[in-house]
Amino acid sequence: MSAVVSLERPEIKPPALPGSSWVVVRRNLIHIKRMPELLLDVTIQPVMFVLLFAFVFGGAIQVPGNFDYKEFLVPGIMAQTMAFASFIVAIGLVNDLDKGIVDRLKSLPISRSSILVGRSVSSLIHSSIGIGVMALTGLAIGWRAHNGFTDTVLGFALLLLFGFSMIWLGIWVGSSMRSVESVNGVMFTTMFPITFVANTFAPTQGMPDWLATIAEWNPISALVQALRDLWGNGLPATGNEAWPLQHPVVTTVIWAVGLTAIFAPLAVASFRRRSRD
Amino acid sequence: MNSPAVEAVDLVKTFDQTRAVDGVSFAVPAGTVLGLLGPNGAGKTTTVRMLTTLSRPTSGTGRVAGHDIVTEPDAVRRSMGLVGQVATVDELLTARENLWLIGRLSGLPTSYIRPAGDDLLERFALTEAADRVVKTYSGGMRRRLDLAVSLIAAPPVLFLDEPTTGLDPRSRNDLWEVLRGLVRDGTTLVLTTQYLEEADQLCDDIVVIDKGKVIAAGTPTQLKDQAGAAAVVLTLTHATDLTRAEELLRTCTPEVYVEPASRRLTAQADGLHDMTRIGQAFEDSGIPVDDLGLQRPSLDDVFLALTGHRAENEVPEDEETHTDLHALEGAL
Repeated sequence: MSAVVSLERPEIKPPALPGSSWVVVRRNLIHIKRMPELLLDVTIQPVMFVLLFAFVFGGAIQVPGNFDYKEFLVPGIMAQTMAFASFIVAIGLVNDLDKGIVDRLKSLPISRSSILVGRSVSSLIHSSIGIGVMALTGLAIGWRAHNGFTDTVLGFALLLLFGFSMIWLGIWVGSSMRSVESVNGVMFTTMFPITFVANTFAPTQGMPDWLATIAEWNPISALVQALRDLWGNGLPATGNEAWPLQHPVVTTVIWAVGLTAIFAPLAVASFRRRSRD
Repeated sequence: MNSPAVEAVDLVKTFDQTRAVDGVSFAVPAGTVLGLLGPNGAGKTTTVRMLTTLSRPTSGTGRVAGHDIVTEPDAVRRSMGLVGQVATVDELLTARENLWLIGRLSGLPTSYIRPAGDDLLERFALTEAADRVVKTYSGGMRRRLDLAVSLIAAPPVLFLDEPTTGLDPRSRNDLWEVLRGLVRDGTTLVLTTQYLEEADQLCDDIVVIDKGKVIAAGTPTQLKDQAGAAAVVLTLTHATDLTRAEELLRTCTPEVYVEPASRRLTAQADGLHDMTRIGQAFEDSGIPVDDLGLQRPSLDDVFLALTGHRAENEVPEDEETHTDLHALEGAL
């Protein structure tokens, strides 16, 4: 730490929103590279779920129509993985807030949205890696998308759209909570039941009436049903189910837009409030 | 240097009902160091957060490098660097990647960041660790990297919030040296500290804050003068001589304070002259003395005089050990 070398101060051209968001995304992706175990939640964990449900519970679960339970299961697990994107965003954000990284970024001449945009994009990438792993696992155990290229892609697009709304939920939770532990607590006690009280792992027909009604109106159910319809992994709704399951694609889009409309303002307000002090 | 590099104008920040910062004003001429001195919760950090645009003032405003913190936050962010209270470097990135991250987000081209970053790493003795993940760094290394990262865009104004908290004395001295180097180069520094010694060592001017208000401002010397005269401190070899020593001391100076447990006598003195006089008197009387010294008022004394309470965390602890030691000796 000897004498100071003078640096010629360069021309500063603050990056625009896409540029700065991309830098934040790259930084978050380096995190995944450094700590691959961060990916456990979207790799080993869902693969374990697939194997457990397919081979342990699968034999006992009756799927309507002549469908293999493994085919029935894969869209469910994918939807659950996407719903947990909210979890990933929240944990990442609360960590950055907690460690003062957000403050440091906010003291720079960038749009403050780039912190959230960058976090959202990297979380979507994170979840998409999980979806990719799920697809491969599915292929390995006998899952197929039967309805051609367009419907297959449409299914994945719906997953991403739903993931987008979950990200806002994550930002909201992340900027309202003080620690990773509390995020874990809140997300486990809410997201797990929400993704289970649905048609994710078992058809709703076997549930008590009141529970079946809740499950059928659950946004996760609409998404799962949409995926099963698009990929040919299960029977289309027969007419006995609630309205959302009879029009699952439209309903999923409505849910995604609706949840974004609810959570985005809450998230932005909460992040601002957290930032202002 | 007509306009100050940093200026706070009647800054107020209210959280719910509490006024965390209650009308703070000061000006920092370019190329100088201002110390915001105060105990925990005095409002130092909140003041810095407002000046660095992280927190919006409830009322009042400020200027950094001539830009208004409320109306031109972007221009302010382009002209300053911030070193936060905890080292806010990214633990999972290497030193180089941290420099890249903040450099890119400051609007610098990669072609500049690389050589400038290497230069900074060299300056902060981090070259060898440059490609190691920060998680493996010691506290001192993190602090240094934190500072290096804050300097990547060569900001004319640098804010440091308790920069040496938690550092060992050597790292602290190293950091002070670096900061002095920055000032020689023309950087303006605003730092908060609870360490009175730190303010004394580094700052051209000190603003003392307590309970959100400025309670004193001036150079370290001016503040020390406010705390009054120097004192002679005398430690006797035998506690049995205390009464005699006190009587003797009273013939030299009117105000004498006795701490029997530590066999210590404190007397007001004007300077070296008084000290030699007292020394001579004891030499002549034959009362054995362990230690004789002149004590200039420290900023601790200033703080005590101004607020009626000690700066938290450091001074009392120090004194206690001191006293305990003497008490122990006395008991033996």
